[in-house]
Amino acid sequence: MPDSAFAPETAASNASLRAFLHGLPGVDEVGARARAADLSTRSIKTTAKARAIDLAIRMVDLTTLEGADTPGKVRALSAKAVHPDPADPSVPRVAAVCVYSDLVGVAVEALAGSGVKVASVATAFPAGRAPLSAKLTDTRRAVADGAAEIDMVIDRGAFLAGDYRKVHDEIIAVKEACGDAHLKVILETGELATYDNVRRASWLAIHAGADFIKTSTGKVAPAATLPVTLIMLEAVRDHHAATGRRVGVKPAGGIRTTKDAVRNLVLVNEVAGPAWLDPDLFRLGASSLLNDLLMQRTRLTTGTYPGPDYYTLD
Amino acid sequence: MAEPVAHDGPAPVPSSARLAVRKTYKLYLGGAFPRSESGRSYPVASHQGDHLANAALASRKDARDAVAAARKAFGGWSGRTAYNRGQILYRVAEMMEGRSAQFAAELADAEGIGAAAAEAAVAAAVDRWVYHAGWADKYAQVLGASNPVSGPYYNHSAPEPTGVVAVFAPQDSPLLGLVSVIAPVIATGNTAVVVAAERAPLPAVTLAEVLATSDLPGGVVNILTGRTAELAPHLASHADVNALDLAGAGDDAVDLERAAATTLKRVLRPDPAPDWTADPGIARLAHFLETKTVWHPIGM
Repeated sequence: MPDSAFAPETAASNASLRAFLHGLPGVDEVGARARAADLSTRSIKTTAKARAIDLAIRMVDLTTLEGADTPGKVRALSAKAVHPDPADPSVPRVAAVCVYSDLVGVAVEALAGSGVKVASVATAFPAGRAPLSAKLTDTRRAVADGAAEIDMVIDRGAFLAGDYRKVHDEIIAVKEACGDAHLKVILETGELATYDNVRRASWLAIHAGADFIKTSTGKVAPAATLPVTLIMLEAVRDHHAATGRRVGVKPAGGIRTTKDAVRNLVLVNEVAGPAWLDPDLFRLGASSLLNDLLMQRTRLTTGTYPGPDYYTLD
Repeated sequence: MAEPVAHDGPAPVPSSARLAVRKTYKLYLGGAFPRSESGRSYPVASHQGDHLANAALASRKDARDAVAAARKAFGGWSGRTAYNRGQILYRVAEMMEGRSAQFAAELADAEGIGAAAAEAAVAAAVDRWVYHAGWADKYAQVLGASNPVSGPYYNHSAPEPTGVVAVFAPQDSPLLGLVSVIAPVIATGNTAVVVAAERAPLPAVTLAEVLATSDLPGGVVNILTGRTAELAPHLASHADVNALDLAGAGDDAVDLERAAATTLKRVLRPDPAPDWTADPGIARLAHFLETKTVWHPIGM
C-alpha cells in the first residue's frame, strides 16, 4: 500500500469516504477562476520563453486516441516523439507516446532504446463503462505488452452517484494490475459538474494510489481548463505537504498553443511549486500542441514567422 | 370635416450644438476592425499638410495575426465557385459605388486633386472591381489547357490559387492602385494581407468598410495601415505567406525578394513606372496562380 492510502476506517464504507471527501474545504469557484486568469496574464518572453518551450516539449505526452489509429500512424507518431523536428537535433524528445492498449506493442517496438515512454489508455477508455474484470484484463495486457504508464478512467457514474468506495477500490485494483507501470488516473473533470467534485475526485485518486491525476480523456468538452488544473495542482501540493509524497498532474485535451502550454507551466510553478516543473511530475496530453511548440521555437531561433506547411500533418 | 391640423414638433436642435462624430480609422483583420495590438497610431496629413486623422500604426504582430486570418479564410474562399467569387466582387463594386462621394472626398484630400479628377479616379476603381468580377469565372478557360500528349491520356492543366498573398499597395495611387492590386489577387481565390499606402491610408480603411459589407468572407482581405518598411520584412520572411506583390515596396523590393527566397515565395516585382489607369489585362491575375496538371488514362 502506498504511504498515502486512506486510514482503513476512512476507506471502510461509502459513508466514511463521503464524510471525508465532503469534509474537504469547498472550492472558491470565483477565486479559482480569477487566480487562473490572473496567472495567465504573466508575460514569458525571450530566454524564459525558450526554456519554457523546451520544458513543455519534454512534458508532452504525444497522443493519438482515434478509432482510425493504425500501426503506421503509431510508428509515425513515435518517430516524431523521438525527433520532433528532424531538421533540428537540439529539440528535446517528448516524454511519452500515448496510444490505445492494442497498439502498445507497435509503439514499444518503434520507441525501443529511445528513452520515450509508452503510455496506454486502459480500463474501457474513454467511458469507463465495463466490468472491473474487463478493465483489469485491459490493463494487464497493456503492461504485458510493455506500457510503462497506464492512463485509467474513473467510473464517473459511480462517483456522481456517491459510490466513492467503488471508484476507490477500482483504482486500487488497477494500480495493483499495473505492477511497476505508473498509473495516471483520469478524472474527466468535464463530467464532474463542480469544482468541489474535482477536488474530491483528486483526493480520492491520490489516496487510492495514483501516480498522476489527469484532467480529461480529450473526448469531452470542456477538457483541461486552467481553473481545473489549478484545483488539481492544489490537491497534489497539499498531499505533498501532508505526506511527503509527490503526485503528478496531467492536463489533457484542449491545449493547442504554446501560450496555453506556458500558462500551464506558470500555474504549476505558482501553485504546486518549481519541483513539479519536471516531466516526472507534470505532463501535457496533446497532439497538435507539439507542432505549435516547434513553430514557436523556430520563431525564437530564426526570428522569422514559421508556417504549418513546414511541419508534419498528424 | 375639420381641416387637418399641422402640428409643429419641438424646434430642431441647432446644428452648432451637435458634437462632431469623428471616425476612428482602424485595421481590418479577419472581418473585424481592431485597433493595432501595439496601441500605436500615426498622424495622416492631407496633400496640403493639414492633419486629417490618426490611423492605426500596425505592428509585426498585427501582420502575424493578419496572416493567420488570411490562412483561415483561404480554404473557404478558394473553395467557392468561380461564379460566386465574381458575384461577390461585383457586389464590392456596388457597395463602393454607393460610397463614391466619401471616396472622392478622401481622395481629393489625400492627393490634392480636384473634385472632378477624384470622382473619375473613384469611378475607375469601381470599374476595376467590375472588370475582375467578370474575369473571376473566365481566367481558368484562358490560362488552363487541355494538352496534347503522345499516350493514351487526357492531360489537363488548370490554374489554382497560390494561397496567402502579402500585398504592398502602391504608394502613389491610394485608391485605384489599391483596388488594382487587391482585386486580381482575390478574384482567383487567394486571400490577401494588404499593407495600405503609408501616407494615404484613409481610402484603404474606407475600402475595408466596403469589403466588410459586400458578402466577402472575413479574412479574405486584411488591411493594415502603418509603415511599409516596418511590416514588409516580417511578411516577406513569413513561412505561411505564399506570395508577395511588391508594388508599393519601393527601394526595399530587392531585399524583400531575397528574404522571400528562403520559403520559395512567388514574387511580383514592382513596375518602375506603373500606370494604374491603363487597361490592367490579366497579367496580375495570372501571376498568383499555380498550374496543376492532371494525367488521366483514357478508358479502353
